[in-house]
Amino acid sequence: MDIILLLFIFTLAAFLGTELIAKVPSQLHTPLMSGSNAISGITIVGALLATMQNPDGTLAMILGFAALIMATINVVGGYLVTDRMLGMFKKKGGK
Amino acid sequence: MDTSILINFFYIVSAIFFIYGIKMLGSAATARKGNRVSAIGMLIAVVVTLIDREVFDSWIWIVTGIGIGSVIGIVAAKKVEMTSMPELVALFNGFGGLASLFVGWAEFQKVVDSKAEALGALSFASLDNFTASAIFLAVFIGGITFTGSVYAWGKLSGKISGQAKVFGGQKAFNLIITLGILVAGILYAAAPNGDYAFALFIAFVVLSLILGIFGVMPIGGGDMPVVISLLNSCSGLAACAAGFVIQNNVLIVAGCLVGASGLILTIIMCKAMNRTLANVLFSGFGATAQSTGGKQEGEMKAISGEDAYYVLEAASSVVFVPGYGMAVAQAQHAVKELGEILEENGAEVRYAIHPVAGRMPGHMNVLLAEADVPYEQLSEMDDVNPIMSTVDVAIVIGANDVVNPAAGEDPSSPIYGMPIIKVFEAKTVFALKRGQGAGFSGLVNQLFFRENTRMLYGDAKATVTDLVAQFKE
Repeated sequence: MDIILLLFIFTLAAFLGTELIAKVPSQLHTPLMSGSNAISGITIVGALLATMQNPDGTLAMILGFAALIMATINVVGGYLVTDRMLGMFKKKGGK
Repeated sequence: MDTSILINFFYIVSAIFFIYGIKMLGSAATARKGNRVSAIGMLIAVVVTLIDREVFDSWIWIVTGIGIGSVIGIVAAKKVEMTSMPELVALFNGFGGLASLFVGWAEFQKVVDSKAEALGALSFASLDNFTASAIFLAVFIGGITFTGSVYAWGKLSGKISGQAKVFGGQKAFNLIITLGILVAGILYAAAPNGDYAFALFIAFVVLSLILGIFGVMPIGGGDMPVVISLLNSCSGLAACAAGFVIQNNVLIVAGCLVGASGLILTIIMCKAMNRTLANVLFSGFGATAQSTGGKQEGEMKAISGEDAYYVLEAASSVVFVPGYGMAVAQAQHAVKELGEILEENGAEVRYAIHPVAGRMPGHMNVLLAEADVPYEQLSEMDDVNPIMSTVDVAIVIGANDVVNPAAGEDPSSPIYGMPIIKVFEAKTVFALKRGQGAGFSGLVNQLFFRENTRMLYGDAKATVTDLVAQFKE
């Protein structure tokens, strides 16, 4: 993909992210952090590609596999713990 | 060509889910749904990636990797205590950084391997300068994030002393390492297929890992909310750099969102302490701060649980100010019970939460939410300060610097200028504290020596439970 296009996406995403996250209230900052842990696990896509594209047993493939484990921990653990936490916040509405 | 357009289309869909998910995190009512929307975005990205390629050769690796990661993730998410959320987030930051480092390295290694194979042949895979720069950034940021986060985790979990560690020439040492990384990175990016590429690559991997440790070392325990936020941001930026390495737009967008999120939280935390980021990172705060402890006027006055009960019984307005000590003592449920009893007794009850209370942004809110404290009773610092002089009793539970009047009155204090919750303006202050020593940051709290302050020594949970028992009698 064109380098300039990628940089363009980067710039727009940076501004969009700043706008969106400035609106998150301080009560939700901890879930925001654990949730963004999960989102940063998007590296899982890179890890999958590295594991699949490189021949079995090469160092590149093993690095991809190690990255896959790490990123999966973040994705699965991050989303689950955020969900658990936000469930506690929700209970208050019922009171 | 056709499939690549389709794949990228689905990556865009996935990015939309992430953005919408974060947007929904903007209010407590929709936050949980937002998190799930974001998770669906992740699922789309993973499934599309798997469909895109021929998985046949390596499916066993994919299944194993996702399996191991999922089991660890599920266990961590289910078992973790809410009091230990900062440690968990620190570890997740570290894993994110390491994953990006590995992805960058794998891309580098791919070229090295193909070079070795093609020895003597005419052509082999090569890297362009832009990709090499991206690899450098992914490895550099990822490496710092990994070791820095593990070190921060050690501090938070008490495996390493929370005190800032400062040694002579530390700044010079860190500066030299940083310069070394930059020089190696620039030389590598300028000639990614040159003879020295491998040596340079290893050099900046190792130096980045070292810098992560030495960068976090001089930062004191009280500044952990800033460090965790910053490392959170870095883990996102590392993913972003990895996105440039494999030229993938969904990595860039998602990584950028996380990078922005961590950065905003970092700025909020710094503002709440009235300090610059540079001051937090480099000053060795807390290691040299003890000097202000000497000139206290008055003495700390203790109060018995029974006397405290009589004061509370007569109070018509009570404010709780929780800090990390409440988390350590696991006192949030007992505190909530006391709060309810005080309300039944006719008092108006509020919880005042300082932005940097606890070890990460929003930590106290999560603990009180866990204990079922109603949302409306949680007040922010700026809302509660104007009414503080009308409050009968302010109960400080394991908070320290965030209620230290020195921040407003003593220009020689290291925390001078930091906005605080002005509990000293309340008619009576009860400070719950384990012993007489200084707090986590190492600073002596002048609040404890005030005329209207009474110390309730002992374990916070036991003290609060005792007060609850007296009300029930």
